Amino acid sequence: MNMSNQPELPGEILLDEIVAARAPWTAIVRRGQTLRIVDLEGNQAVDFLMYSLDDDAERYSLQDTIAAQGNLFLRTGTVLRSNEGRPMATLTGTSVAYHDTIGGACSCESNTLRYGHHTKAQHACVENFLQGNARYGRGKRDMAPNINWFMNVPVEADGALGIVDGISAPGLYVDLRAEMDLVMVVSNCPQINNPCNGFNPTPVRMIVAA
Amino acid sequence: MSEHNTADPKSARAHARSMGGTRVEAMPTVPAMDAAIRPDGVPAEAMLWDETIAAGGYAAKRLNRGARLRLVDTKGDACLSMLVFNAERPIERLNIADTIKVQWNAYLGEGRLLLSDMGKVMMSITQDTSGRHDVFCGASNAASNAARYGDGDNWGQHPNARDRFLLACAKFGLGRKDIHACVNWFKGVTVLTDGATRFDGGAAANVAVTLRAEMDVIVMLANCSHVLDPRPDYPVTTAHVSAWRGAVTPTDDPIRNATPEGLRAFLNVEEDLRR
Repeated sequence: MNMSNQPELPGEILLDEIVAARAPWTAIVRRGQTLRIVDLEGNQAVDFLMYSLDDDAERYSLQDTIAAQGNLFLRTGTVLRSNEGRPMATLTGTSVAYHDTIGGACSCESNTLRYGHHTKAQHACVENFLQGNARYGRGKRDMAPNINWFMNVPVEADGALGIVDGISAPGLYVDLRAEMDLVMVVSNCPQINNPCNGFNPTPVRMIVAA
Repeated sequence: MSEHNTADPKSARAHARSMGGTRVEAMPTVPAMDAAIRPDGVPAEAMLWDETIAAGGYAAKRLNRGARLRLVDTKGDACLSMLVFNAERPIERLNIADTIKVQWNAYLGEGRLLLSDMGKVMMSITQDTSGRHDVFCGASNAASNAARYGDGDNWGQHPNARDRFLLACAKFGLGRKDIHACVNWFKGVTVLTDGATRFDGGAAANVAVTLRAEMDVIVMLANCSHVLDPRPDYPVTTAHVSAWRGAVTPTDDPIRNATPEGLRAFLNVEEDLRR
């Protein structure tokens, strides 16, 4: 793989895994550690939730994050905040201009609204989140508005918004530094009805370093 | 020595009973049919709820399918943050991301729907004279209010919306994990081309939003200053809420049929309730 466009990660590599297309992934990432997500084949949405390891009722909040930075888009320097307003992680670097946090996660149920009832049986990110969280004893109450790394959701002047063609490419990355001990839960998005995965879900790479 | 004669139980009872009938600004009218002002055309017997929510206050109500809920910014500076649960199964709740994504638009207003996380419409917006609402900035929290006003506690002068929701949730057997992303009524936020959020404030006194329950819902409202409001002195004023019985949405309803996505959200509710 070409990693020449990625800066060197600090310290020791603690974990280096490939998440298969359409699969969930979970990890505990401790304060001070950095997670790098690599979009291996380009324009692969990586749906992302995180919880405080000590108190999982504290979790990522798009509204606290947006209000605190005064902007919808996640860029280098963005502080990802919890529902208690505390910094959970910092976006320390990315080779993509911006990432989405307003588009939510695809679900079997919302797919029926967006595309029709013929899509109800298709695999979806909420299914991955539920499965990923279940191993920690969490359930549907733990669903929260998520981040979509490598996904593009512009908002036009009249409020028109939507998931449109991506601005990522093979080998582009995003780095997150944990500001507290975290449980991260990822869905490598299986959506095939819109351009969030270029209509072709692909694997992504997860590297944790410290 | 107290100025009140409460030295023995009978005196204390007489003292307590003497308070009955007191009127203050922020209180419910019980029964709601005695409300001083009813929405146009609503008969007294149909009234379900009539309450003034204080600046910093909160309230919650279970409403049946078809009920109408009216929120009024009586003085022009209310900020009603709202959570919505399916009353039958509170594990189903408002989903802001699906609400804007499925409707392909970032702003709420007349004719738009509030969607659940299970592909269903929870409430429709049948009337909106404000046009200034926000789905992006959410509830204030203890830390944000402490930073701006010195404190944000439920027992202080500057309660935060998240902790108001915590109390409302607790009274329905729900907890911190049930506090989801909320709508903020009566305080506008516009998204600029670079993604920046611009705080637009409120519209005017006496603007109102009317919602129609499309399933049995629990609505929770917290009236706390907006998290982006730059004014220093906890800028929020009282809000008035009322609700009344109404007909379940008919199949020829224009809001139900306005978009293919919205129609499927109604069909999913109707299917769920066909028993």
